[in-house]
Amino acid sequence: MFHEYSLTALRDMLRRREISSTELTRHCLDRINEHRDLNAFITIDESGAMATATAADKRLGQGEQGLLTGIPIAHKDIFCTKGMLTTCGSKMLETFVSPYDATVVDRLAREGAVLVGKTNMDEFAMGSSNETSFFGVVKNPWDPKRVPGGSSGGSAAAVAAGLVPGATGTDTGGSIRQPAAFCGLTGLKPSYGRVSRYGMIAFASSLDQGGPITRNAEDAALMLRCMAGFDPRDSTSIDEPAPELASMLSIDLKGLRIGLPKEFFDDSVQGDVLEKVREAVAVFERLGATLVDVSLPNSAAGIPCYYVIAPAEASSNLSRFDGVRFGHRSQDAAELLDLYENSRAEGFGEEVKRRILIGTYALSAGYYDAYYLKAQKIRRVIAQDFAAAFEQCDIIVGPTSPTTAFPIGEKTQDPVAMYLNDIFTNTVNLAGLPGLSIPCGFDTNGLPVGMQLIGRFMDEAALLGFAHQFQLETAWHQSVPTGF
Amino acid sequence: MSISQKDVLRVAHLARIRVAPDELGRYQEGLSGILSLVTQMHDCDTDGIEPMAHPQDIQLRLREDKVTETDQRAAMQESAPRVDEGLYLVPRVIE
Repeated sequence: MFHEYSLTALRDMLRRREISSTELTRHCLDRINEHRDLNAFITIDESGAMATATAADKRLGQGEQGLLTGIPIAHKDIFCTKGMLTTCGSKMLETFVSPYDATVVDRLAREGAVLVGKTNMDEFAMGSSNETSFFGVVKNPWDPKRVPGGSSGGSAAAVAAGLVPGATGTDTGGSIRQPAAFCGLTGLKPSYGRVSRYGMIAFASSLDQGGPITRNAEDAALMLRCMAGFDPRDSTSIDEPAPELASMLSIDLKGLRIGLPKEFFDDSVQGDVLEKVREAVAVFERLGATLVDVSLPNSAAGIPCYYVIAPAEASSNLSRFDGVRFGHRSQDAAELLDLYENSRAEGFGEEVKRRILIGTYALSAGYYDAYYLKAQKIRRVIAQDFAAAFEQCDIIVGPTSPTTAFPIGEKTQDPVAMYLNDIFTNTVNLAGLPGLSIPCGFDTNGLPVGMQLIGRFMDEAALLGFAHQFQLETAWHQSVPTGF
Repeated sequence: MSISQKDVLRVAHLARIRVAPDELGRYQEGLSGILSLVTQMHDCDTDGIEPMAHPQDIQLRLREDKVTETDQRAAMQESAPRVDEGLYLVPRVIE
């Protein structure tokens, strides 16, 4: 059936008029309803999706071809969608209907994508398991007792279960790549500034980037082509056109150098994860790439550095939720101060409050230099480590996450244990580089293993090229969880 | 590294988040754990390193000084909890 095909294959079938968008969209909506127990969606827009699909069929009939005309997709519920609920996984925005579209939403719509709904996520994207969502835990289609990863866990579960062929995510410290790894998918965090942040609810503005979660690299390249490019409404948007599709996929690996950082291959990583990543590296070697040992000596400082910078920026960004202009407003407020304090206490969940508090602490008088300024200095050291490594290699490869998907509830009582999930991903955000996770095998429990590819600034093409060549040689990306 | 209950309350006030007495211990524990993690930063030598605020070491661009957006007050206020005649309502501040 349709859900067995990749996004690109479905797009080509639509263009050849072998299938219609209404048939395909109906099929996706039926599957979403059939698999509601995954809890992958917060909002499903059945009537809107069918109307868009009907319009897409009409345009396809007239020979009009947007890059994605007629393809059903889902947006992480962090992207503002005009006239539709945009909750960010929070009680704070439980009833918030956005008055405008995010640039990413607008661009994918212009290319003809059919929006079927909004996916579940960790509250305000703060989490690595989707367990902090106000709307409940999302189940991993590979094992419903395990988490799908986070924060873009709903998007990953939806694509892995074949509910939609592609979905958007956002990544501040690993939130696209880690759920892609846990669900056996391809997830791309573009370079900082590549994809507009306009209308993407801010968590940590110097780290946040939107990107695609798909079955394979070819699909990710196609979605990136639609999402990327200059946007005057984002002050940090880079004035470069989205890369051409062919340049992103058709590369020859002969003579290209893969850097293997010794810090990513140590015994803190689950044994069979390392084994699968090493086997994947051997495939690259067979394809003509050469291997180079590199070092990222300060990567251990990445976690503490990130958990100062991201909460500090979050404490500032989330100050806009005050119970006055939008979002939850406490009914228990005799004075203005009560209105602020009670609205925020009631509207935010525990992890979000914890991060706002730690960020406020790090920025407060007497602690700023010791925490925030120190973290910013480490951020430069980490970026310099990457720059030095990229003098010796073209891409860096390692595991995406130190483990495969863990059981629901295992880390919810220990925030620090949860944070350690980001150890290989958040330094990439700190440096603003592009990162990609692709599936490279299964662990002994049959759970997908993700391999991370890290590239030079604005060199998504190398990552997608390496990944595509790998996927032409291997079939990991075609594996589907039992029952889906 | 641990944080006192007094500090939790100080920071909660700065952040305008009410922390109930029965939640205080839990936040104190959580924040102390995170601070212990964060304190590992001090093992990293950063002598002579300039702080990096942002991944792009470039100046923000300027735009022409002209109006590009139209007035959308009514649309923006549709999501406000309480408005009256275009004004946001809050508890009385000035008697």
